[in-house]
Amino acid sequence: MELVNKWPAGLVEMPLRYCPGCGHGIVHRIVGECLEELGIRERTVGVAPVGCSVFADDYFNCDMIQGPHGRGPAIATGIKRSKPECIVFSYQGDGDLASIGMAETIHSAARSENITVIFINNAIYGMTGGQMAPTTLIGQKASTCPRGRDPKVNGYPIRICELLQSLEGASYLERTSVHTAANAIKTKKAVKRAFQNQIECKGFSLVEVLSMCPTGWEATPLNSVKYIADKMMPLYPLGVYRSPEQREQKEGGAA
Amino acid sequence: MGEKILMKGNEALAEGAIRAGCRFFSGYPITPQNEVPEYMSWRLPDEGGTFIQAESEVAAINMIYGAASTGMRCMTSSSSPGISLKQEGISYCAGADLPFFYANVVRGGPGLGNIAASQGDYHQSVRGGGHGDYRVLVLAPNSVDEMANFPKKCYELAFRYRMPSMILADGILGQMMEPVEFKFEPVDPKSFKEAGWELGLAAGRRKRIVRSYDLREGELEKINAARLKKYREIEEKEVLFEAKQCDDAELVVVAYGTSSRIAAAAVKMARDKGLKVGLFRPITLWPFPKKQLAKLAEKSRKFLVVEMSMGQFVDDVRLAVCGRIEVDLYARPAGIPSGEETFAAVEKSYKSMTPARAAAPAKTAKPKGKPGRPRKKPAKKAGRPAKKTRKGGRR
Repeated sequence: MELVNKWPAGLVEMPLRYCPGCGHGIVHRIVGECLEELGIRERTVGVAPVGCSVFADDYFNCDMIQGPHGRGPAIATGIKRSKPECIVFSYQGDGDLASIGMAETIHSAARSENITVIFINNAIYGMTGGQMAPTTLIGQKASTCPRGRDPKVNGYPIRICELLQSLEGASYLERTSVHTAANAIKTKKAVKRAFQNQIECKGFSLVEVLSMCPTGWEATPLNSVKYIADKMMPLYPLGVYRSPEQREQKEGGAA
Repeated sequence: MGEKILMKGNEALAEGAIRAGCRFFSGYPITPQNEVPEYMSWRLPDEGGTFIQAESEVAAINMIYGAASTGMRCMTSSSSPGISLKQEGISYCAGADLPFFYANVVRGGPGLGNIAASQGDYHQSVRGGGHGDYRVLVLAPNSVDEMANFPKKCYELAFRYRMPSMILADGILGQMMEPVEFKFEPVDPKSFKEAGWELGLAAGRRKRIVRSYDLREGELEKINAARLKKYREIEEKEVLFEAKQCDDAELVVVAYGTSSRIAAAAVKMARDKGLKVGLFRPITLWPFPKKQLAKLAEKSRKFLVVEMSMGQFVDDVRLAVCGRIEVDLYARPAGIPSGEETFAAVEKSYKSMTPARAAAPAKTAKPKGKPGRPRKKPAKKAGRPAKKTRKGGRR
């Protein structure tokens, strides 16, 4: 019989402790498959964040370090500069990357650190119980904006890809989603490209993945999928925001 | 080796770290430690090392956390407010049992304070400094020569015990120039062997995890208990101190770092006047020379602590002697005492001792009931110098 599906070598064989309908499991599998398919598993070091995916240090089958809230890119910088032969990635949520760790995000991109950042945007703080995130949508309810996010009180959501787009150091920026199988396949392509860029020493790569949080959103898994398509995607358009090719073209044009 | 060079404290510290094998430095500008990152940015690339000017102290310490997890001999430095920002990261390193070395070139505080020397970060240094239950190894140099030679000791201790180690300096030690002699051959980082916890190339072995948490019931306590055992061993084995003219001393001046240099001048003046005064100087502030001070308390009659802070260091001295001897305090919070001022404090403390040696046992017996307040009886005398200096400090 033909083997059609198996546990990727990049993931440790153990049950994931994420909620039903959560997007983390899909992205974990995608990263695990990429580590295997690119043949980099044994030279990869991953940085796990604070948040739901803190346990990523157990799940990914490569050397892992768990760091303080928001500091993933700084930790990844320290590892990559100490061990340039290693492939280093940071896996972060929206509170981690776009709120407390904004400075590390922007400056590692500006330095064009040769690292890969996987950014899970589910517009909510999951682990702490559904508080408002920097990416929470206008009108979206959270435990710290129970009447819905009001721009007069809570300000506006932050679009990370658009924000980083202006930085010369940001080599590759793409926003994808995992709310449908087709989008998950596109996400895998993007993640693979983000690792490939690092292998080719092209500098800072970040993939922003729109992801479901049924528990935090107080929605069914099915409605969560719909929420991404109907509400999140208009605010966070999918696509490539910067690519190494663009940069090369620009630099070539300038010369 | 053997050659004497004139160097600035901060540069000697940086050069000492490089010679001890440091090949990674991340930091952020803050006075009075700026010469450390400046020197590193110039020297490290030539040694095949990495220098990064981070976007903040917070990022700098987390770069260290990453670098240290690979087994790299890494270093960061800062001054008081910057060290405060680094405390979370230091706590993570302690919690993940990662060795690294850092220096605090202390300035006046609290808040933005000033940029002159101070010893106000004593408690922060010797009590761990960040959140949670941990210690860091603390060495306190009192000369530029020691600034140059202590980093090697710090790395050795940090890697032996897998924990952070630090140098507690101050603005004077960082900025002044003195002759320096590196008392060791430069260490080649290629000579370091992997210990088995480092992250990196994993071919042919199981994955490794560096982390500072364990959410399983009862597991964190086990980890912390093992760490406590390690700390006890360090307190047994790694204490460093210097005792000068203490054998016949009736009054022992206890001071560390810059204030021990000033105190040494005051002790000399006292000896010239025929006063039996000695100087005890802890070199390791953690582990603290508790036993050595307790022993000294048996044969001398009084201690005088001199510190450039409100009375932080004196707490450890009093804990060490546990009420067995009177401990006076000459405190200069963010002030720098002169030798003469310090001598005046020494003389005053000396003359307020009970006149006869025979009276000493009766006196030491009294505060036994209240070990926390050994100087209750002569409170009037002990209280006065503190008041005076507070005024002096404000001016």
